[in-house]
Amino acid sequence: MKVLVAVKRVVDYNVKVRAKGDGSDVDLNNVKMAINPFCEIAVEEAVRLKEAGVATEVIAVSVGEKPCQEQIRTALALGADRGIHVETEGRVEPLVVAKLLKGVVEKEQPQLVILGKQSIDGDNNQTGQMLGALTNMPQGTFASEIKVEGEKLNVIREVDGGLQTVSLSLPAIVTTDLRLNEPRYASLPNIMKAKKKQLDVFTPADLGVEVTRHITQLKVEPPPERKAGIKVEDVAQLVDKLKNEAKVIS
Amino acid sequence: MSTLVIAEHDNSSLKPATLNAVAAAQAMGADIDILVAGADCSAVADQAKAIPGVGKVLVADNAAYEHQLAENVSLLIAELAANYDNIVAPSTSNGKNTLPRVAALLDVAQISDIISVESADTFKRPIYAGNVIATVQTSDAKKVITVRTTAFDAVAAEGGAATVEAVSSVHDAGISTFVGQEVAVSDRPELTAAPVVISGGRGMQNGDNFKLLDGIADKLGAAIGASRAAVDAGFVPNDMQVGQTGKIVAPDLYIAVGISGAIQHLAGMKDSKVIVAINKDEDAPIFQVADYGLVADLFNALPELEAAL
Repeated sequence: MKVLVAVKRVVDYNVKVRAKGDGSDVDLNNVKMAINPFCEIAVEEAVRLKEAGVATEVIAVSVGEKPCQEQIRTALALGADRGIHVETEGRVEPLVVAKLLKGVVEKEQPQLVILGKQSIDGDNNQTGQMLGALTNMPQGTFASEIKVEGEKLNVIREVDGGLQTVSLSLPAIVTTDLRLNEPRYASLPNIMKAKKKQLDVFTPADLGVEVTRHITQLKVEPPPERKAGIKVEDVAQLVDKLKNEAKVIS
Repeated sequence: MSTLVIAEHDNSSLKPATLNAVAAAQAMGADIDILVAGADCSAVADQAKAIPGVGKVLVADNAAYEHQLAENVSLLIAELAANYDNIVAPSTSNGKNTLPRVAALLDVAQISDIISVESADTFKRPIYAGNVIATVQTSDAKKVITVRTTAFDAVAAEGGAATVEAVSSVHDAGISTFVGQEVAVSDRPELTAAPVVISGGRGMQNGDNFKLLDGIADKLGAAIGASRAAVDAGFVPNDMQVGQTGKIVAPDLYIAVGISGAIQHLAGMKDSKVIVAINKDEDAPIFQVADYGLVADLFNALPELEAAL
């Protein structure tokens, strides 16, 4: 079974991102970039499927500008077999990413596509579901466990209030939640090996997709500041303040 | 202008998140209809028609919609979308699961997790885990939108008299089936709807110690939450997680116990009206957002607090 994994280049999750002074965009100058954490979980899951003998080949795909090849190499170092870079310019909306991924799906015919549930920059949580609609594939979003059983994929999903299990016909789409697995670190020999793995580059035109723009970002701003309050001496003072000052308990 | 709000429900009762989504729809200034897609869900339709300001409640009552599988429901919503300018759902796991499929079927962008309506085509939404608020404008004539429920005050649940209309079209994509659901059973209020939330973090040290929160939660009628650190450490199940990647809450009172205050966590609770932090590390970032901070060992402070309430 062929598995396609989508990875996105984003600001490293340890970086506290700020709006630029003029509010035109976020300030990403000299900021450390990394593979989106949810995408890293997706790569790990695909590699584990290969190690378990379920997957035969793992292909890592990324949509973005040239530097996102670094993140494809990261995926290759973690165990993906080959990479595909769909080269685009500027910000690409989830709908367009989904269309480009659909183009790759048609080329590669994977039985399973694994994506992160959201990227930690745009926080959209859309691409996997959109790809599902465009390819008419079923989806197991926010997955915390997946299991291939014959022609079906069982997915345990993290939903409000608990866990839901669904059974999907293959080919299918999975989007990862945090607890699906804990990604490994790439070893130095594997990082070296990854440099030699095949990486093909396509343009949107190669995939027959027109890059459209539906959303304009008018401005960005910091969220309303919450001011630090006071330190109370002890529990008695805390209860007193909550009762008589904040009036949130009686 | 007209808006279709997707009801959040479990076939027997309408969930409060629907009322927040209706509030967002009202801010868009359009006529509002509600879709209840489920099976044997007439009780939900009865509740939905009582929401003031709603014109019609569309009820798609069919086995294909029983578990609100995104593959099926998205086809239904995309069909109904022909009659509407806006499709709106709360950012619940259902809303997040289904609406992007609808947007793709309609070939429009989705605007996720809006926190305000600036005009008919312009909205604010948090990005980068809530560190930045973006104002975005869409050029799509048909808008597909999910709503951060804590950002919109719920509309009244009673007083309206909408008409109820059955929707007969059945969409069964036949590619997914529901197998089962494990729902955490609790006598406590739901995290996202509770007026008081008390959450434990890594400082709780283990799952057993979360029992120290029980007595306080009982006295305050509170829901119990947790930080991602506590969930990742296996102290408590994931559905208790409050944060950017867990539940977003905004209760009247939020009590953070043994939580350092990572950005991830703050993004999920900083809109609470009053925040209390109990932590033995006086430099913990949680104190920067707390209205009342108590620097203390939680193992002393929690029994004292329970006794004092």
